[in-house]
Amino acid sequence: MNRSLRPLVATAVIFAIAYALSILQFPGLFSTRVLGNFLTDNAFLGIAAVGMTFVILSGGIDLSVGAVIGFTGVLVAVLISWAGWHPLAAFAMALASAAAFGGLMGLAVHYLQVPAFIVTLAGMFLARGGASVITRDSIPVSHEFYDWISSLIIRLPGGGRLSFIGLLMVAIFVVGALVAHRTKFGSYVYALGGNSVSASLMGVPVARTTVGVYMLSSMLAALAGIVFSLYTSAGYPLAAVGVELDAISAVVIGGTLLTGGYGFVLGTFIGVMLLGLVQTYIIFDGTLSSWWTKIVIGALLFLFIVLQRLIFAASVRGEKAS
Amino acid sequence: MGGTGYALEARGVVKIFGNHVALDAVDFGLRAGEVHALLGENGAGKSTLIKILTGAYQPDGGEVLVDGQPVSLDTPQQAQALGIGTVYQEVNLLPNRSVAENLFLGHQPTWFGLTDRRKMERDSRAILKRYGLDIDPASELGAHSVAVQQIVAIARAVELSGKVLILDEPTASLDRNEVERLFEIIRDLKAHGLAIVFITHFLEQVFAVSDYVTVLRNGRLIDTRKLDDVTRTDVVRLMLGKDIAFSGATGLADARPTGEVLLDFTNFGRKRSVHPFNLTIHKGEVIGVAGLLGSGRTEMARIMFGADAADEGEVKIAGKPTSISRPTDAIAHGFGFCPEDRKAEGIFGDLSVRENIIIALQGKLGWFSALTRDEQMEIAGKFGEAMDIRAASLDMPVKLLSGGNQQKVILSRWLATDPAFLILDEPTRGIDVGAHAEIVRTINRLRDEGLALVVISSEIDEVVAYSSRIVVMRDRELVAELSGENISPGVIVQAIANHREGTPT
Repeated sequence: MNRSLRPLVATAVIFAIAYALSILQFPGLFSTRVLGNFLTDNAFLGIAAVGMTFVILSGGIDLSVGAVIGFTGVLVAVLISWAGWHPLAAFAMALASAAAFGGLMGLAVHYLQVPAFIVTLAGMFLARGGASVITRDSIPVSHEFYDWISSLIIRLPGGGRLSFIGLLMVAIFVVGALVAHRTKFGSYVYALGGNSVSASLMGVPVARTTVGVYMLSSMLAALAGIVFSLYTSAGYPLAAVGVELDAISAVVIGGTLLTGGYGFVLGTFIGVMLLGLVQTYIIFDGTLSSWWTKIVIGALLFLFIVLQRLIFAASVRGEKAS
Repeated sequence: MGGTGYALEARGVVKIFGNHVALDAVDFGLRAGEVHALLGENGAGKSTLIKILTGAYQPDGGEVLVDGQPVSLDTPQQAQALGIGTVYQEVNLLPNRSVAENLFLGHQPTWFGLTDRRKMERDSRAILKRYGLDIDPASELGAHSVAVQQIVAIARAVELSGKVLILDEPTASLDRNEVERLFEIIRDLKAHGLAIVFITHFLEQVFAVSDYVTVLRNGRLIDTRKLDDVTRTDVVRLMLGKDIAFSGATGLADARPTGEVLLDFTNFGRKRSVHPFNLTIHKGEVIGVAGLLGSGRTEMARIMFGADAADEGEVKIAGKPTSISRPTDAIAHGFGFCPEDRKAEGIFGDLSVRENIIIALQGKLGWFSALTRDEQMEIAGKFGEAMDIRAASLDMPVKLLSGGNQQKVILSRWLATDPAFLILDEPTRGIDVGAHAEIVRTINRLRDEGLALVVISSEIDEVVAYSSRIVVMRDRELVAELSGENISPGVIVQAIANHREGTPT
């Protein structure tokens, strides 16, 4: 088997086993209602994680994701509730500003040769600070367009509901997978993560690809912010603190190598679902502190990092032996 | 314009870095259907010329012509578009992607914007078949051997460019069978009308596949010759540059008393690095190592010191079988090693002269018997004086010193450990005349004091001046051991070129 497939398979197997064990304990977990909520509750995280997958595949990191989600929520709420914009116009504005923001970070990463960690850390403070300057409070959004979106629901047999935002996340994953695995841009992203020197000698437009990657990540973070605003019907500057770390966890648990070059968008989807499962399990149990979520995520992350090391170290040895 | 028949030509190309002239009005012409070898020692300007021809550097003077038309190559992509493809020594592909993607990256067949993977893999299979490779195009490139990756790199370059192929030391990490396979591919491509530039350090390989040879030295064009008209000796003479008089022996050769045997290497070697060699080293003896760059000189030094572990053969120290698999073993036995790349492997630039001198001694003493500052000052002061190290203070960072003084610091570092055996790799490269003389004097003095030394140098006159015996390396093999009246520049050049070629004329 292709060695980059192995972490993906491992994630899928672990998810299947964990889900099966949870169902044995709480049969109620196996219902369309729970599955539908899985998608809805994790929609914003999933969308942000797709962007993060591209960034990590290219060998970078984006710490500004959570802050961009928070900023977008506030921006959209302000434009709708205070300035009276139509939500669609506010969304367009949010996506455009995120594109510019991500593009600038990409330019800094490429042309200033500053590590992505530092550039996006600065971006994180800027976006979070910007959101808090606009308002310190939660701004409620009430608009008939929001009500209409919330009413777009596909009812499933067994009482489950597929929401618009849940389906949007699935759609983003499908498009993300196509872009990553079946377009030239996708192949350039993998090339950068594999070896950026080789990539540029092979004619990969390194600058354009780097800028594109961070632009994509920020735009998807803004889309996640829009989804979060639809989900909570409010904008709050301290919303989604630390979501970038959840997104990174989902990407790594999904089998993408943190140093770039190897991984699948589908893996990230399973990673997000696995995180969602842990949370749902703890809610079902009812007695466990919600902080157990963090402990489980920490353990899973560690497990996957060790697993990846073993897989890649083993195949390197294998090559030398042959 | 035109009329020269060259597919790719450089005319009077000049490249200047700071105040250093890297290329001085170099002409180079390459015709379709011919293999043209480019030779020269380190710093001769080969890689600068290649970078200009591939668009990585822009010339400061002169022009580059493709099919007789002057062109300006601003990026490697432009050169690629004009039909010039390059394969670098370190395979510059993506080990994390499939073989097919490595062949087609940037030029994937698409279908409504989506890559057509099936067509890409089908085409890859067809291409690879032409190179005699039957591998799964969907497999990860990194899972294949370096030789296969090299062939994939060539296939990519030929597919994308298809007129000129530049091979920059393609054989450096291949074994003999793989090299032979590569040569078949080169001959085949030549027959298909490609113009090929072949850069290597291995003379045998030059003569095996090339039609023409161009020799560069110190940024100047020395000569371009048809290979049928020259012998290996001629080529070596062009490369080394000295109009070496084929005279008899000089100075030292006669009747040096040979001390007792200190070291005895038997069938000592390492795969892909140095062929097993035999060498006996006596106390009070300087063994000079001659050979062209890449001939295995440095590799031999490294396995003697345990910097690379030998994987076959044995070594006896004073008659006792010993194992030297790490530098610490070597140091414990009284070895010292001054490496070729002083800046990267020799000095600790930010540490002081004093710290640089005592570091090997401290390493030998171990963690728990730290030298006091006074002891350090005394040791550093003693050697600083003995070696005439010109530093304002023993506490200044060693990186501020000149190359010659840095070399003396490294020598002092080993002398402080009271060694029995020193390996010096190019100890006089890049240092001024005064320091040069000082180092040669030190080599002579150490020999007279009974040390055994192995000294690697490209300066043949210098090797002749201080060596008691000389070993000659070629193609990673120890090919000759010279002593007595055979220690002369003429015999050495002959041995480097090819010892089977007969007597010098």
